[in-house]
Amino acid sequence: MAKTIYMDHAATTPVAEAVAQKMLPYFTQSFGNPSSIHHVGRANRAALDNARAQVAKALGAANDEIFFTSGGSEGDNWAIKGVMLRDVNRGKKFITTNIEHHAVLHTGAWLEKHGYEVIYLPVNEYGVVTPDVLEAAMGEGDTALVSIMFANNEIGTIEPIKELAEVAHRHGALFHTDAVQAIGAVAIDVKALNVDMLSLSAHKFYGPKGVGAMYVRKGVYLENLIEGGAQERGKRAGTENIPGIVGLGAAIELATENLEKNAAYLTSLRDDMIAQLLEKIPHTRLNGHPTDRLPANVNVSIEYIEGESMLILLDQNGICASSGSACTSGSLDPSHVLLAIGLPHEVAHGSLRFSLGIHNTKEEVDQVVELLVKIVERLRAMSPLYHA
Amino acid sequence: MYNEKVMDHFMNPRNVGEMPDADGIGEVGNAKCGDIMKMFIKVDENEMISDVTFQTYGCGAAIATSSMATELIKGRSIEEASKLTNDAVVEALDGLPAVKVHCSVLAQEAVEAAIADYRQKKAQKAE
Repeated sequence: MAKTIYMDHAATTPVAEAVAQKMLPYFTQSFGNPSSIHHVGRANRAALDNARAQVAKALGAANDEIFFTSGGSEGDNWAIKGVMLRDVNRGKKFITTNIEHHAVLHTGAWLEKHGYEVIYLPVNEYGVVTPDVLEAAMGEGDTALVSIMFANNEIGTIEPIKELAEVAHRHGALFHTDAVQAIGAVAIDVKALNVDMLSLSAHKFYGPKGVGAMYVRKGVYLENLIEGGAQERGKRAGTENIPGIVGLGAAIELATENLEKNAAYLTSLRDDMIAQLLEKIPHTRLNGHPTDRLPANVNVSIEYIEGESMLILLDQNGICASSGSACTSGSLDPSHVLLAIGLPHEVAHGSLRFSLGIHNTKEEVDQVVELLVKIVERLRAMSPLYHA
Repeated sequence: MYNEKVMDHFMNPRNVGEMPDADGIGEVGNAKCGDIMKMFIKVDENEMISDVTFQTYGCGAAIATSSMATELIKGRSIEEASKLTNDAVVEALDGLPAVKVHCSVLAQEAVEAAIADYRQKKAQKAE
């Protein structure tokens, strides 16, 4: 098998070596339960506090505004259910968008099943949720919560979060953002953005899987999602995943320190790859916003052929990418995000996403483009839709 | 996700291409669903399929089932080919993931459509 070229960092990233090293002692040596009175447990209390401070610092939050979770999906579920369930008289409307991650969309469906009104805002052709669309959807005082992702995982579009949060607040609603794809890619200050809740997941920024965090602005009351012990100040039960939390803290610190450098590097790789793909493969379009997009996201639709067949041929050559075609989603419909930006089904089926990482190189980009050109030619030669 | 035989037919598809002088052409599926198969057959005076080619827009399984279907009907009589089932295509490929079985149905339908087209053209000629 050819040498691996991993370009699927939006799915997950490798744990940074320095992060893994920091985690290791907490599996075997410092294994204590932070809730214990004795010294073995107490030792881990400090590790927990330290990680919380690292996350708080990265987001511009106070330490007691950070809660550890199992990842992005839990954060999204907790923020949405936690607000919507807390006081049914406050208002039953929940507003989100039709390009969210399934952790938000399916939580929206759960709310609908339980009698809540949910509005899914449309996006423009670049995948942007414009503040005027939110404005128009906000009824007077009957919306409890607005949840809009910071940046889209498929097409990379970055949303105008500050403006959107302002609209929600003007109408008395709270604002949550799923920032899973944005951490380490975009500078985030929760106070400057004025969001009420933000969820994140460590494995998207070179941290471990199965651990995440949520920022909850002081004064915002959430119902608990997981009941049990008094961990996380009684808001999230369950013995803390100390190695994971230590890894999350170390990873977010590292990602924040290197954010500008990494973003600049990835943006140049991204723009080079997009330019090459559009130039070298005819009948190809860029999906997502040309400039307001994640530094590492390349998403194109290659017409007249289907995504899964391209992915398999790439994989046969060692290259890891992803697609929004139906065949890769396990359903008959292509990605909801690509349909939301107005792509016809057949164009959405031909989408490919390369999400770059800090270890990718210009040589790898060139190699992938060169190979993809051949793959496309080969599949188009087989396609009844393509007439050269 | 695909077994060796499916991968082989996807990586090295048999009988690919257009056939300018086809006696029957069948096209099934639609781009909206992500699968289109076009099957071309050449039929000799003994009602035998002397040649068959295909063009497919679709996933790995769509391409592999098309390729296998052409192998299964090549050199067979129209009568025999018209009895091709999707199960036979799946079996010949040593199985397909459950979510991909519909691709084999499409392959069966493409063969049926090509044969129907051939019969219709033949009937028209006879008139």
